[in-house]
Order: sequence, then C-alpha cells, then structure tokens
Amino acid sequence: MIWAAILGGSLGCYLVKLAGLSVPERVLRDERVRRAAALLPVALLAALASIHTFGSEGEVAFDVRGLAVGAALVAILARAPFAVVVLVAALVAAGTRLALA
Amino acid sequence: MVSRVSAERTMTDEPADGRFWSPVVRDGLAIGLATGAYGLSFGALSVAAGLTVAQTAVLSLLMFTGASQFALVGVLAGGGGPIAAAATALLLGSRNGLYGLHLSRVLGLRGWRRLLGAHLVIDESAGMAVRQADGATARTAFWATGLAVFGCWNVATLGGALGAHALADPAALGLDVVAPAAFLALLAPRMRTAPAWVVALAAGAIALASTPYVPAGVPVLLATLPALAWAFAPSGPGRAGDRSGGTAGGGAAKGGMADSAARVLTAGAR
Repeated sequence: MIWAAILGGSLGCYLVKLAGLSVPERVLRDERVRRAAALLPVALLAALASIHTFGSEGEVAFDVRGLAVGAALVAILARAPFAVVVLVAALVAAGTRLALA
Repeated sequence: MVSRVSAERTMTDEPADGRFWSPVVRDGLAIGLATGAYGLSFGALSVAAGLTVAQTAVLSLLMFTGASQFALVGVLAGGGGPIAAAATALLLGSRNGLYGLHLSRVLGLRGWRRLLGAHLVIDESAGMAVRQADGATARTAFWATGLAVFGCWNVATLGGALGAHALADPAALGLDVVAPAAFLALLAPRMRTAPAWVVALAAGAIALASTPYVPAGVPVLLATLPALAWAFAPSGPGRAGDRSGGTAGGGAAKGGMADSAARVLTAGAR
C-alpha cells in the first residue's frame, strides 16, 4: 500500500511538471489556474500542520505536540533556518516528554 | 558530493560567459547544499513515520519535490490510505506545473531533454532560472540548481533515513513533531496576501473539524475546498488582494524552497 502511494504520487507529480513544460501558455496564464496553484499549497500545508499538531487517531487532542510546534512557530518568526525550526520542535517535544515521564 | 559536481560539469549547458565555474553555478551548488538540511529531516521523519529506508530513498528519487514528499509521508503516518496520500502530494505539487509558464520559453526543451528536464522542475531550479537576466544564464541556473539539489537531496535523504533507522524509538526523540514544524516552515513564506490567510485559517479549521467524521487523510483534501472556491469563483470581494503581493506575513525560513516559489509566482504574474 505504501509502495502504491509512492509510485502513484510520484507519477502524478512528474506528469504535473511535464505538463507545465508542454501545455499551451494560455492555460498557465489563466488567472484561475494561477490562483489555484498559489492557494492549494497554502491550504494543504495549513491543514497538514494543524492535523499533525492537534489530531490523534481521529480525535482532536491538545498535548506536548502543541507546545513543540508553538516553539517552532517562534523560531520561524525569528527567521531561523529550516533545520533549526525542526530541531527546536523535536528538542522541545523530547525535553517535555522526558520532564513529564 | 564531489562526484555530483563533476557530473554537473558534463551535463550543464555552457554558461553565458564561457566559463563553467560561473557565479550562477556556484549559487546553484550552494542551494543544493542548503537543501541537505531538508533532506536529512525528511529522511529521518519518513523512517520515523514507518516507511522503510528503501521506500524513503525511492520517494526522493522519483517524486523529487520536497513539500509533496513531506505531505505524502505525513498522510500515511496519520493512517491515511494510499489514494489520499498520493492525491495530497499531487495537489501540493501542482505549483510545479505553473513554473512551466516561464521555464518552457526559457529552456526550449524538446524530446528526451524535456522528459529529463521536467523531473528537475522544482521551487529552487525555477526560482533560480526566473531571476536571471538572459536566456543562457537562466538555462545554466536551471540545470546547475536542479542537478545540485537532486544530488544533495537524495544523499541527505538516505543519510537521514539510515540515521533514524539506527535509533530505537524515534518518537521519544520528538521526531513526531518534525512533520508539523516542517509544514509550518514551508507555509510561512506563502503567507503574503490576505487570501492566503483566509485560506490557511479555513483549511486548518476544516481539517480539525472533519477529523472525527471522515477517514484519515480525507480532512486534508476537504481543506482545499475554500482555496478551490476562491480560485474558481467567477468574482468575489477582495480579489484585488490576490495580486497585491505584500510582505506583511514575513517570518520566512531563510532560503526556503517556498520562498523562491512565491517569487516565481509573483514574477510570472507581471
């Protein structure tokens, strides 16, 4: 099942890239297409971030992850590089769990 | 890494000034190396999420678009099915198609070169190409950046995956929050317009509100509905905000992929 997702998703992502180099220019110039391509990543990333922070096996849960992602947000606002952002999140989560254990 | 550099020597088009080691090639290599940090995080997260080292490595080789890979692994880790995972990755990769507007004209690729070049169309390569003044430099920038990122991304992914594989309990080390932190870091540079904020807040709310009622993976897809409605509605209030391109959002992770993406989208609109 995981292989199906990997191969299917990879094929889809490649075809989108290829289509971009192949379809007539007016398709990509279409204002609706431009808006969709700009806003879809925003919607998906926001949804993924919230689910992985507050979602837990089909339930909404507030736990250590919220604290850790909050710390990551502070790092982002401080313009920290990507690696620092994820490291801050991981360290806060691990540290808090250790303290609570 | 050294072998990658020599591979580029043979595959990169002649730069405009006739020298291989031009500033634009150096910039491309620098971006490639910077991508290593994303690759390490991705590899570690992917294995922590339950994918094998082989699956993780193949994903980086074949999909080769960072945000989509994070998303695919994230959906699978959350218990989502393969279709929801692939669909999320595909929708997130849709922006790569838009880069073709600028790239197809600049690169002028035909036949097998187009098939090869298409794989390297990512935020970084498109962002570097669009910034160059002339076509020859833009082509060099595209190939140099694309190949450098491809090499570094895959090496780093493998390193991160093997590293996490060696750990007994990745979750205890806080690797489960790498995913949401990564999603936020990728999101931040895109929060430049009012519609982006509306769409992001609505998407987050819809995803959480629908979580108890639909299968895992589906909430993320449902969350795209406001974005699609906004994009395809015949007209609407605040439409002018789409093109204002303000920078009020700020807070971009430095040198992020999404940052160059936003620049390409803005540049293409002119």
